[in-house]
Amino acid sequence: MGPLIPQEIISLDWNLVIAFVVGIGFGFVLEASGFSSSRKLAGIFYGYDTVVLKVFFTAAITAMLGLLYLSLFGWIDLNLVYVNPTYLWSAIIGGIIMGLGFIIGGFCPGTSVCAAAIGKIDAMVFIIGIIIGIFIFGEGFPIWKEFHEAGNLGSLKIQDIIGISGGLFTFLIIIFAMILFKTGEWAESQFTREEY
Amino acid sequence: MLVRQVDGYIKIFMKGNNSLNTKYLNPYVAGMLLGLILLSAFYFTGRGLGASGAMKSVVTSTLNTIAPNHTSNSEYFAKYVADGKNPMNSWLVFEILGVVLGGFLSGAFAGRLKLKVEHHPFITSNKRIALALSGGVLFGFGSQLGRGCTSGSALTGMAVFSLQGFISMIAIFGTAFIFAYFFRKNWIGG
Repeated sequence: MGPLIPQEIISLDWNLVIAFVVGIGFGFVLEASGFSSSRKLAGIFYGYDTVVLKVFFTAAITAMLGLLYLSLFGWIDLNLVYVNPTYLWSAIIGGIIMGLGFIIGGFCPGTSVCAAAIGKIDAMVFIIGIIIGIFIFGEGFPIWKEFHEAGNLGSLKIQDIIGISGGLFTFLIIIFAMILFKTGEWAESQFTREEY
Repeated sequence: MLVRQVDGYIKIFMKGNNSLNTKYLNPYVAGMLLGLILLSAFYFTGRGLGASGAMKSVVTSTLNTIAPNHTSNSEYFAKYVADGKNPMNSWLVFEILGVVLGGFLSGAFAGRLKLKVEHHPFITSNKRIALALSGGVLFGFGSQLGRGCTSGSALTGMAVFSLQGFISMIAIFGTAFIFAYFFRKNWIGG
């Protein structure tokens, strides 16, 4: 029966109310995990705090498994769930630029909003930076338009490429995540922990 | 163990975090909750979470107020204001407003509301501000080129098995990991 709004099971008028409520949960959990601290976030890149790794991968696995089960029970139609299309080159270069922004600025957009909400001035400045960055991209769009649209592979799913089922792929990701969690725990044990 | 964490979290709600050795939610419990929130977004709306998209709406809307002709002629921004559309009337904008409230509430419950510039003692506040600004500019630019940020492209994309999601995740975290060495002074002082 899900997703509810695309099938008009509940009215489109509820869309923005749901957005706001989902956002409250999103912001609450991010802040409660410590994602409102750039020093805690940056810990993953040096090994002294791997909270990002743990929260990010546990969330991804939970949602993947959840979607698989909901679809197995017939409670959600996966064909109506949006799959962001792959534009190979802009995804790679865009990701590299974002990665640089992450290690230099210490936040990503979502975490900067939640850090700004509890009064982190550096996060507010990061948001101003994002706005400038988006403005530059938009104003200079004719320059990188062609590159932005190159390598369009459509809404491609991993299963379509490597020819294994979604369930098996999720299982492999879970195993991989367990190894990462173990590695993260080990890295953290090499440092004297300081909480930020 | 899970019960103890949930119990500890209820304590955070009830008496603030002072009675606990850790100020934050157990990361695995937090990850599960975040996963369930993402799942509920899929269940209700068929789409996941996001962040940079809301900021694009802010840019588009501001630009449209200051220079409407320029905006409707812009190759990038025009589509968001076509036919009198209001870019602020979007799912992601309301979601991000929720994030502000949710983050604020969690910070209030845990006693973390404080106006400050957070940085490693090795660097000055001004340097941290300059770094935050440059990092933000890069992230803002990269999120438009890469069609979404850590939440919208990487996390949401991975949950629906999108190749784009996995590429974003690897590119963002891999790059930051590789370049961490060059920026170590700002984070670990050595």
